[in-house]
Amino acid sequence: MNDNKKAFLQGIRDGIPIGLGYFAVAFSLGIMAKKCSLTPIQGFIGSLFTRASAGEYGVYTMVLQDASYLSIVLMSLVTNLRYLLMSTALTQKFDPKESLIMRVLTGSCVTDEIFGISIAYKGYLNPRYPFGATAVAAPLWALGTMTGIIAGSILPSRAVSALSVALYGMFLAIIIPPSKKDKAIMIFVIISFALSYIVRNLEIIKEIGISSGTITIVLTVLISAAAALIKPVKENTAETE
Amino acid sequence: MKHSTWIYILIMILTTNLIRVIPLTLIRKEIKNPFIKSFLYYVPYVTLAVMTFPAIIEATNSPISGCVALVLGIIAAWAGLGLFPVSVICCLIVFVLELFL
Repeated sequence: MNDNKKAFLQGIRDGIPIGLGYFAVAFSLGIMAKKCSLTPIQGFIGSLFTRASAGEYGVYTMVLQDASYLSIVLMSLVTNLRYLLMSTALTQKFDPKESLIMRVLTGSCVTDEIFGISIAYKGYLNPRYPFGATAVAAPLWALGTMTGIIAGSILPSRAVSALSVALYGMFLAIIIPPSKKDKAIMIFVIISFALSYIVRNLEIIKEIGISSGTITIVLTVLISAAAALIKPVKENTAETE
Repeated sequence: MKHSTWIYILIMILTTNLIRVIPLTLIRKEIKNPFIKSFLYYVPYVTLAVMTFPAIIEATNSPISGCVALVLGIIAAWAGLGLFPVSVICCLIVFVLELFL
């Protein structure tokens, strides 16, 4: 078996547990997308080609509010800025001779988990490894979203209530471990929780009717900029795991 | 509705994938600017935190079960459990609590 085929198969194998987790979380995303009036096919297509839990969540909340197209661009940018960082880290992981098309295709595969296994790949990254993992995980993410949109209205309210926290559980699993390692992250996570709660409950915000998505964008940019000024990252610690 | 959901989805797909691909085509060197580096470092955690709270306590039928899910989710993630187990724990605790609430 040649190396390329082996890398692809290894990617498929490692993509299975990722895909199963995706299905469950995407189901929760689907329940939420249903509340935002997305159709099953819209959820499927959106999820298959985007594969970004926080980004999709943010965008779907803006659908009902008839947000401007520009604010959709901003929401996608802010919620997915970490992918910029991850792709930047991946540039160091390729064989210098790797073709541009392979680099671009690998970039479009980046999610938290696919990045995680790709950066841990031994030696230069063979792009067929993330391709294999994505070939399994992406359809499961899309199917999970579609199933959530369909079943969200069939399931009893108590089950929907329980499943709707899966997405937030995943968000917590992403932000808490780095908070444990880096006290600065912990402090700014706590500040983010507090400010998000306060701002969303301000009478004046409710009166003007500023959308939840806009609040997310503005708070993210302001708090992150303040964090970067108050506690700049030292050399060599700027890469997410 | 003035805006099309399909166009929203198309914009989301294009923007998200451009963010992923641009560094691999343009940025060949490491980012040196300390402010941009630090800003990019904090963004993922801040944005996920802002989206998680207070949304998690508003997503459930009872705010109490949402609060407990938040606390248990934090403890489980702190203990080092992965994405999937933490999600399952949050769902289970809400389901069980809401049998009584």
